[in-house]
This record gives sequence, structure tokens and C-alpha cells, in this order.
Amino acid sequence: MEDRLVTLLLQSFAQILVPGLLVTIPLTVVSFILGILVALGTALVQIAELRGLKQLARFYVWIVRGTPLLVQLYIIFYGLPNLGIKLDAIPAAIIAFSLNVGAYTSETLRAAILAVPGGQLEAGYCVGMSFSQTMRRIILPQAFKIAFPPLFNSFISLTKDTSLAANITVLEMFMATQRIAARTYEPFALYCEVGFIYLLFCTVLTRLQSYGERRLSLNKA
Amino acid sequence: MLRVENLHKFFGANEVLKGVSLEVDKGDVVVILGPSGSGKTTLLRSINFLETAEQGTLQFDDLHIHFPEAEKKQIREVRMRTGFVFQNYNLFLNKTALANVTEGLITARKLPRAEAEQIGRAALQKVGLGDRMEYYPQQLSGGQQQRVGIARAIATNPEVIFFDEPTSALDPELIGEVLAVMKKLAREGTTMVVVTHEMSFAQSVANKVIFMAGGVVVEEGTPRQIFTAAREERTKQFLRRINREVEYII
Repeated sequence: MEDRLVTLLLQSFAQILVPGLLVTIPLTVVSFILGILVALGTALVQIAELRGLKQLARFYVWIVRGTPLLVQLYIIFYGLPNLGIKLDAIPAAIIAFSLNVGAYTSETLRAAILAVPGGQLEAGYCVGMSFSQTMRRIILPQAFKIAFPPLFNSFISLTKDTSLAANITVLEMFMATQRIAARTYEPFALYCEVGFIYLLFCTVLTRLQSYGERRLSLNKA
Repeated sequence: MLRVENLHKFFGANEVLKGVSLEVDKGDVVVILGPSGSGKTTLLRSINFLETAEQGTLQFDDLHIHFPEAEKKQIREVRMRTGFVFQNYNLFLNKTALANVTEGLITARKLPRAEAEQIGRAALQKVGLGDRMEYYPQQLSGGQQQRVGIARAIATNPEVIFFDEPTSALDPELIGEVLAVMKKLAREGTTMVVVTHEMSFAQSVANKVIFMAGGVVVEEGTPRQIFTAAREERTKQFLRRINREVEYII
């Protein structure tokens, strides 16, 4: 390989990794945590059969799953100002990603809650516990174990999806790469490089998942 | 103590309880018999508001409730003052045997943990599981799980315990240990309403037997009246069939 390319790859590695650590990862983590909270609410109002809220939850899941994430990002960042709502790029990205993750993982959580052997909720009622007490202390801890692997799927997915935020001016890992590529005319090497860094991140996450599963002893029957 | 009157329950257009009345006095052991689909289980579940009955009233000491209009507070009070043992145990799978028993005491009744655990240990000892306190449900046999279920029900010191086919999910060799615990409770004067197919239990422990079929109470009386001198043809038929099944097994 030419020396020039090697030097470029080495130099750019830090220039890509730093926004990765400072923007991509925080953006992913914050969006995911908020998304899970949204998902939990969305799943629970459906499980509890709260009239009105249940329909609203289905509507929300329908809209978010039925439209492209990129379109959602554009609407929130470029579209909302028309309605007088101006958001900075990062908050706009967090909102879009949280809502997106929230819709998808609400289905994961809903399925996991429904997979917890029924009757335990009734048993909770019969010893005087309320719906929320039984959910919090009995059902959700079991549902979380069931949901753990698919939730990690969503987390890994989101890590890569944050690259779409480049389209709404968030200077994350992918946009940093685009800039270097435009300057150096080496798109092949640089886009492979950023791909490799995403792969590194996701490898770490995969390891984390295995560790988490061992801690939750999911491998045991 | 507990009186249910004119209970009607529909599943869709299907009326599964057609005006059932039931009276339970303190210290009673009431056994409800009947073919499957006769509404026995639904009756128990309706009394504890696990099902919402469309019509009927519940009188529980000083508490008067019209089933379809029960308020949350009333439902909670009924559940706090009763115990329920399920056919499938319904143990909390993420909790140990001891935690299964103490959960309601700590969460719903706000007892201090130490006190709850003292009660929990005593309850588990009573059902013969003093050496299984820290076991999870999956580590216990069906009979042991059901005994944890009973310990959970008695720990709250309920005024009446409902048993919904407590031995129906068990292997035959495990039924005895559960029935033994129930007999012990009955001897101690626990008020019990038991839906079961265990005729020997009904004959030897109950002081009142109710025969249900098709969503109505067909006949009720003492075990002796029902088992040796049933008046209704449907009761006789049912008992003949049950007895034939027993002979067939032998």
C-alpha cells in the first residue's frame, strides 16, 4: 500500500474516532435510554388496556415503523421550524432516535411482558398488590430477561443508525469521515475505515451482551 | 360471614353463571363439585374480582358490594381479607419460596421485612417446607410449589381461603402432600372454599358440599346427604360417573 494512504488512514483514525467517542456514543446511549422509557410506557398502556392511551400507542408505533428514519429526522430538524419549533441538531437527533427506538422496542417489551407466565399478575392481586406493584416487582424483572437479547439488537442497530444524523448537520463519526474524504479524495479507504470503527463499536457491544446474558444467567434453563 | 347472591357472569353471549348464591360461615369447609364447564372456577374468581360479574351481590361481614359496580378500594379490601390458591400455583418465578410468601406482606401490607420473614418462615414450616425457603419455584416439585402457594395464601391470615382445583395440575403421587396440608388447615378451623375433584377430600373434610352444573347450583348439603342421598338426578349421574372412573383406574 502507498505510504500516503497509510499515513492518511492513521491520521484520520483519531479524527474519526474522537467524534465517535464524543458524539456517536453519547447520542446512541442517551437516545436508547430515552427510547426504552418511551417503549416501556407504550408497552404498559397497551398491556393495562388503558382506553385512549392504548389507541394512541398503536398509532405512534404505526407512524414510526411505517416511515423511514431519515424522513423522521428531516421532519423534526428541517420541517418543524415551519411550525415555529426550532431545534438544534443534536436535540433533534435525540428526539428522532428516541421516538424511533421507542416504537420498535415497545413491541419487544410488550412481547416480553406477555411471555412472562400469566397468572402471576392475578397472584399479585390476590395478595393485595396493585397492577403497578406487581408489574414492577414481579413481571418486569422477568420480562427484562426475556427482552434482553432483542433489546441489544436494537441498541446495536441504533449505534449504526446514528450515522443518519450526518444528514441533519450533527458532526458525528460519519460526517467527520465525509469531510476528510471530500478533502483527500480517498472515499474508498476512508469509508472502509469508518465502517471498521463501527464494527469495533458493535464488537464491544456484542461482548457486552454476552457478559450481560451470563450475569442474568440467561443461558441456564 | 360471606354471602354471594344471584351471581350472573357472561363470557360474551355465553352465560356461565346463571344466578348462583353461596353462603359461607366462619370455620366452614365448603367443597364445590361439578363437571368441567359448570362454572365452579368462575364462581371463585368472580368472588375475588378476578372476573367481573355482570350481576349479583357480595356480602362479606360488614362489606356490601354489587359486583358490577365494585370500587377499587372494595376490591382491594376483599383481596386483602381473603386468600387464593390457584390450579397452576402462579408462584412468582423470580422469587424464592420465602420471598413468594413475604412479597404481599411487604409490598401490599407494608410490614417490616424482618416481621414479614418471620411470618413467612412460619407459614412455610406449616406446609412442611421449612427446608426449602431459599429455593426458586423451578427448583421445586409441583406438590412443593402448590404448598408454597398455600403458604402464601395463609401468611396474610385471611378470613377465608379459596382453592381453585389445587391438585388438578399435579401428578397423582404428589396430590397427597397437598391434600394433607389442606386437611391440616381445615382441622385448625380455617374457613375454606374448595373447588376440587377429590371426592375423598370432600367426604372426609367438608362440612358442606355444593354440586354445580351448567352455571347453577343443582344441590347442596352435607357430604353425607350429597354422597349417599342425592336428590337430583344430575348429581347422582355425576357421582356415578366419578365413581366409575375411580373403578376404572383401579
